[in-house]
Amino acid sequence: MNDPDPVQLWIIIIGMAVGSYALRFLFIGLVGGRQFPAWVLRHLRYTAVAMLPALVAPLVLWPAATGGQPEPARLAAAAATVVIGYLTKNVLAAIGAGAVTLYGLLFLLGG
Amino acid sequence: MGRTTSKSYFWSGVRDSTPFVFVAGPFGLLFGVFATEAGLQLFETMIFTVLVFAGASQFTALTLMQDNTPTLIILVSALAVNLRVAMYSASLTPYLGAAPLWQRMFAAYMMVDQTYALSITRFEAEPALTISQRLRYYFGTNSLIAPVWVGSTFAGAYLGSQIPESWAIDFALPITFLAMVAPALRTPAHVAAALVGCTVSLLAAGVPYNLGLIIAGFAGMMTGAQVELMLQRRGMET
Repeated sequence: MNDPDPVQLWIIIIGMAVGSYALRFLFIGLVGGRQFPAWVLRHLRYTAVAMLPALVAPLVLWPAATGGQPEPARLAAAAATVVIGYLTKNVLAAIGAGAVTLYGLLFLLGG
Repeated sequence: MGRTTSKSYFWSGVRDSTPFVFVAGPFGLLFGVFATEAGLQLFETMIFTVLVFAGASQFTALTLMQDNTPTLIILVSALAVNLRVAMYSASLTPYLGAAPLWQRMFAAYMMVDQTYALSITRFEAEPALTISQRLRYYFGTNSLIAPVWVGSTFAGAYLGSQIPESWAIDFALPITFLAMVAPALRTPAHVAAALVGCTVSLLAAGVPYNLGLIIAGFAGMMTGAQVELMLQRRGMET
């Protein structure tokens, strides 16, 4: 794997450090007791559930490890993680289900 | 008198946070391994994790960096993933906003999913808490998780290159993220936001500079907000 460009890496580290601190400090530090518009909060509520699946979807469907070809063990592992996580509301149970499915199928299919 | 009470609130926070050790530990380990595989030096990984202190954003940045994405797009995408902490900050402000500035500055640095979830639940359940008791509890919820996250990142970065390819460690990230999101799909609005986020992201995979992620994220957020409004108008509980 090619090494990252150090200048780009440090711009990203410093930029993210400043940016994520600003996001955290914004309200508690600057806005104080004032209320924020309801529509903004309504959108912020869905950032995690929108962004994280969006980031993951291409990695599930076209994994780099298989050269971008869809692969049954990874697809099944992703499905098992979502179903168990949704049903049990338990992060660790979901990770466990995904890992067991992935390794089980990789073993069976790779035989 | 106040001292004893406050002290017990700190430890109560530490106690309540212990289950999350089993989330923060593996997640940190994974980030350390992932960063080493992406070509980061040990000290780069550690400075990254201590300064930014936002696991999901850090993973996003590294994933995009490996794809030769322009720096600005990486920054915007990684920060967009972390937009939710702005919501945490807003939602904790009524409870902690009256604390001295230096304490709020420190509290802001420590604002992560787990400590927010624990603190807001406690503050809502016990409205009579004083500012000092709330702060003690809040910092209690951080005091165990933060060192575990940093320590496990170090362990992962240190071990990183020794992990064999047959472990399919590449897929630990999708599984971990999906496992974090699935339990959060509490309402139809959350489900709609996630589905639209996925779909748009796949459709927009060809958009240059990996801009598709930002487009998909905002499409998902707008969907969630609209569905929430729709359900409210119909008088359903969200």
